[in-house]
Amino acid sequence: MSYSDKVIDHYNNPRNVGSLDKGSTDVGTGLVGAPECGDVMKLQIRVNRETNVIEEAKFKTFGCGSAIASSSLATEWVKGKTVDEALTIKNMDIVKELSLPPVKIHCSVLAEDAIRAAIGDWKKKQGTAKPVAVEAK
Amino acid sequence: MSTDVKIPQQLPTTQHHAPEGVKLPIYMDNHATTPMDPRVLEEVLPYFMEKFGNAASRNHSFGWTAEEGVETARERIAKLVGATTKEIVFTSGATESDNLAIKGVAEMYREKGNHIITAVTEHKAVLDTCKRLEKYGYRVTYLPVQKDGLIDLDDLKRAMDEKTILVTIMAANNEIGVLQPITEIGKLCRERGIIFHSDATQAVGKIPVDVNKQYIDVMSISGHKMYGPKGVGALYVRRKNPRVQISAIIDGGGHERGMRSGTLNVPGIVGLGKACALASEEMSHEAVRLSGLRDRLRDRIMTRLDEVYINGSMEHRLPGNLNTSFAYVEGESLLMGINDVAVSSGSACTSATLEPSYVLKALGTGDDLAHSSIRFGIGRFNTEAEVDYVADRIIETVERLRELSPLYEMAKEGINLKDVKWAAE
Repeated sequence: MSYSDKVIDHYNNPRNVGSLDKGSTDVGTGLVGAPECGDVMKLQIRVNRETNVIEEAKFKTFGCGSAIASSSLATEWVKGKTVDEALTIKNMDIVKELSLPPVKIHCSVLAEDAIRAAIGDWKKKQGTAKPVAVEAK
Repeated sequence: MSTDVKIPQQLPTTQHHAPEGVKLPIYMDNHATTPMDPRVLEEVLPYFMEKFGNAASRNHSFGWTAEEGVETARERIAKLVGATTKEIVFTSGATESDNLAIKGVAEMYREKGNHIITAVTEHKAVLDTCKRLEKYGYRVTYLPVQKDGLIDLDDLKRAMDEKTILVTIMAANNEIGVLQPITEIGKLCRERGIIFHSDATQAVGKIPVDVNKQYIDVMSISGHKMYGPKGVGALYVRRKNPRVQISAIIDGGGHERGMRSGTLNVPGIVGLGKACALASEEMSHEAVRLSGLRDRLRDRIMTRLDEVYINGSMEHRLPGNLNTSFAYVEGESLLMGINDVAVSSGSACTSATLEPSYVLKALGTGDDLAHSSIRFGIGRFNTEAEVDYVADRIIETVERLRELSPLYEMAKEGINLKDVKWAAE
């Protein structure tokens, strides 16, 4: 299986690898996947509570090249967006950008889940009782 | 507060500097297939254009010359495994040999019984054939394996009954290189009059195999696993003490004593024969060289990295095989990082079906470690310099990927990953 140049680029030069302070009320942490499945993504965002803009995003991933690329791309895309804008990111956008083959689409789904989980965690911390809607596929 | 982790900048592969005498990319996946030995190729070439006759043409020199090449090969194969020439049947490869052995015995002896015993770690050529026979009403017992990959002989004894007509257990496993106790299995079968087939694809030419000393009745052999051509193999079928008969699965003219019809792949067969002749001469010192290289690879990696686990018994193992799991790092991403080295992984992400290795699962290896496994197959043409280079590339890639891994981070924080409630995907 050969990878798209973009996947290879993200793999060799991953963006925003690292961790944010889980305990901070400005930080939302999303942890999705499971080791038995071979895919675990941790995606964190730091949100400016006045503007609701995601100012910083970090990720760490246990998974194949496509999973690493999907989550790296996710952190690139959420940075600078408001929380609600970030919720509009769809997995198929990731698939298109990275030219993921059908067998790797699930990696993009997980990345989208990670974004929503991080936002959901942040919202919970803000006391906003609204649950993050995960769209029916 | 962010903790920015410094990721060592990965050089694009083309810039990786190979040391003296190391040509990239390196092939270290010799259980998948092997390059043809140049001496085999030399032996084979005349049979394409000059000695091109059909070995079954009895009436002219073109046929006789081809037949001579075939019979020389037959002798060489028989000699390597302790058989006689009449006991060697040529096929298109070990998959066909496995099919012929299992289906051939099942059909021939179906009045005697309908029970077959095999093991969960067999190659799909055996497992899928058994599954098909189950559809036809045969009963199959799939023996489990212990943590080291070996079957428990007591399990085998208990599974045998009056309806058992066949036991099929591979001599060496293609993923973890583990060697089953073939002689003991063979003895148990011989005592009970049960036919014993062994898929010896990964064993013949690498370790000593003797059909008499090991009580083997039927045995599959493959060309392309021992520096011979692809598309050719053989099946050993015992003629004496006891005489074993098999039904053919391919009809059409009755070649190979009625056991396998079809014009012989003369060039392929000649290649298989030469590969066996070379193995006869070189196997013992090659095995010493390969296990030395394998141990060197293992030690170099395990001295520098922690949480590296070897899958399968080290004691009962093919000399050139190593299969290790690198905790917290997924196999396909590791392969991507060492893309100037050819090895393979038990990770689901590398399989067409997205299933992790069933062999590793059978050992009791957790799925997470199965996803983190790499299989190395060191072979005749690998060198010490290559082994060192591969070890170093593995080490640097694992270190890099562990910095990217949330599991490694959690483990370092003292979290027991087994206690974590993971979000189901």
